[in-house]
Amino acid sequence: MTENGVLVSARDLERDYSLSAGIVHAVRGVSLDVRKGEYVAIVGPSGCGKSTLLNLLGAIDEPSSGTLTIAGQRVSGLSDREATLFRLRNIGFVFQRFYLMPVLTAIENVELPMSEAGMEKSARRDRARELLAYVGLSERGHHRPTELSGGEQQRVAIARALANRPALLLADEPTGELDARTGAEVIALFERLNRDGTTIVVVTHDEDLAKAARRVVHMRDGVIVDERQR
Amino acid sequence: MILSLAWASLVRHRARTLLAVAGVAISAAMLLDMVMLASGMRVSFRSLLLAQGFQIRLAPRGTLPFDTDATIPGATAIMSQLKARRDVVAVSPVLGAQLHVERGAASVSAAALGTIASVQGDYKILTGRAPTIDGEAAANDALLSATVARLGDTLSVAAGFDPQLRAFTGQRTLRVVGRAHFIYLAAGERALALPLTSLQAMEGASRADRVSLIMVRLREGAAVEAARSAIDREIPVVSAISTATAIEQVEQRLSYFRQLAFILGSVSLAVGFLLVTTLVTVSVNERLGEIAVLRAIGVRRARIVEQILIEGSVIMLVGAVVGMGLGLITARYLNSILASFPGLPEAIHFFLFQPRDAWMALGLLAACGILAGIYPAWRGASLPIAGTLREEAVA
Repeated sequence: MTENGVLVSARDLERDYSLSAGIVHAVRGVSLDVRKGEYVAIVGPSGCGKSTLLNLLGAIDEPSSGTLTIAGQRVSGLSDREATLFRLRNIGFVFQRFYLMPVLTAIENVELPMSEAGMEKSARRDRARELLAYVGLSERGHHRPTELSGGEQQRVAIARALANRPALLLADEPTGELDARTGAEVIALFERLNRDGTTIVVVTHDEDLAKAARRVVHMRDGVIVDERQR
Repeated sequence: MILSLAWASLVRHRARTLLAVAGVAISAAMLLDMVMLASGMRVSFRSLLLAQGFQIRLAPRGTLPFDTDATIPGATAIMSQLKARRDVVAVSPVLGAQLHVERGAASVSAAALGTIASVQGDYKILTGRAPTIDGEAAANDALLSATVARLGDTLSVAAGFDPQLRAFTGQRTLRVVGRAHFIYLAAGERALALPLTSLQAMEGASRADRVSLIMVRLREGAAVEAARSAIDREIPVVSAISTATAIEQVEQRLSYFRQLAFILGSVSLAVGFLLVTTLVTVSVNERLGEIAVLRAIGVRRARIVEQILIEGSVIMLVGAVVGMGLGLITARYLNSILASFPGLPEAIHFFLFQPRDAWMALGLLAACGILAGIYPAWRGASLPIAGTLREEAVA
């Protein structure tokens, strides 16, 4: 992290895709700073490049050009091995479709990133219990994803994203698969997380989720067209 | 955790995994049988020829490899000549014939071997003793059973039957002094052994001082090939062949068995390989989203590769272990069918289990299991994370 508290610093990020119909410029020269402890929502119409930008911020995609620095480390240009390790230690991901491992229980899903990080079994089991309690699922740890509701699955996914105490939590349409009530529960959880110090960047169409963010970034045609602080 | 994931992925579709294991087991059974077939006859022939410790065999000149009717003339002189050699420690002549055996109402034919009991290498006495004087014989169980005879009983035997006189020729009464197992004869073949001179006398003038075969045992450390060559040169009525050469000839004759076994074994290995590759690839294709998420949350490529290779190897190894048992059962059954082939020595096995073969089959299958996982592992580990998640979301 830089001295002025900037956690994420993106400069002139571009991402082009070569398709049979030609080159698609999904992200075009985006520059964005996110400070530690911020809660940023990226909104815009479908295909405006917000999910692509989130993938770039999460180091699961490589920018065609531009630079990205997260927590003081230049992320753009990392090798696959370095990027993987960076994600493990610094990034928490929450997906629209939860993507829990169906063959593992809730608590095992939460343990997964900690296991990969080499944490001892008893320590990661304690941490997983703690996280499940935080998201309100203490009693559901030994259930498999198919035995949980959509809202519960998303809360397990959030617990998994927090497992290695990431510097940055990224969420792509986290309420997209949920009904209004369970969506509201997830929104409330994100607000609580942010109050507790977690830096969050969320991509959403959900107005309620966007309203909960302290800063809303509007994108259109691969560029940021507006930013509002609440 | 990766082990748990690999195991859980296998048990997620139990029926599919079990079918794949069954397929691999059949393939492994076939492979083991082929490996056993490739070496079974060769090894059992080898041990059969080496069992009695004779390094050189003399057959009538020009009759090799085998001619059961031909005989060597002047056997006494040849044996004296052989015994005079300093590198020879034992000379064992054998005369083969077919005899008629009668006892009470039973009348059967039997193979007869005339030998010198003290040096013979054709039979082993199970009970009683070897026949050493005229009028004695040792019979095998098949003959004893056919004639309802026991040790101490007498058998009426004849060398032939004269149709003009309607009478047996070369008749003798032999007392059974031993129960024997004949090493080179087929299972169930009736046989008896008697002193060489007795059998020669029974066979009449056509077999006087003649033998079918002479086996020679050399002293330890003697140069076998030099001795064989010298005997072959010095005794013009015989062809001398060393046991090593006989084994080589047998191996050459059995080479098509090995080729057949190699081809069928390779096919079964390829089938197992393709089966596992297909199954694991299908499994990986179904889990592309899960794998992309694992990569997104920081799971290394090596872990993904490890997980998929474990899946392939587990299917292959479980199938291989089941297949080993299945292969042994089928080999035993096939061996019992093939061993009943007429005239085949009892000691010859088409399928011979040797631990080395089982380890070889297991090793090949294990290697195949790892190789079978390479393509799906590469596919899983190299998928683009963002692109795959986008495609999964669209799907």
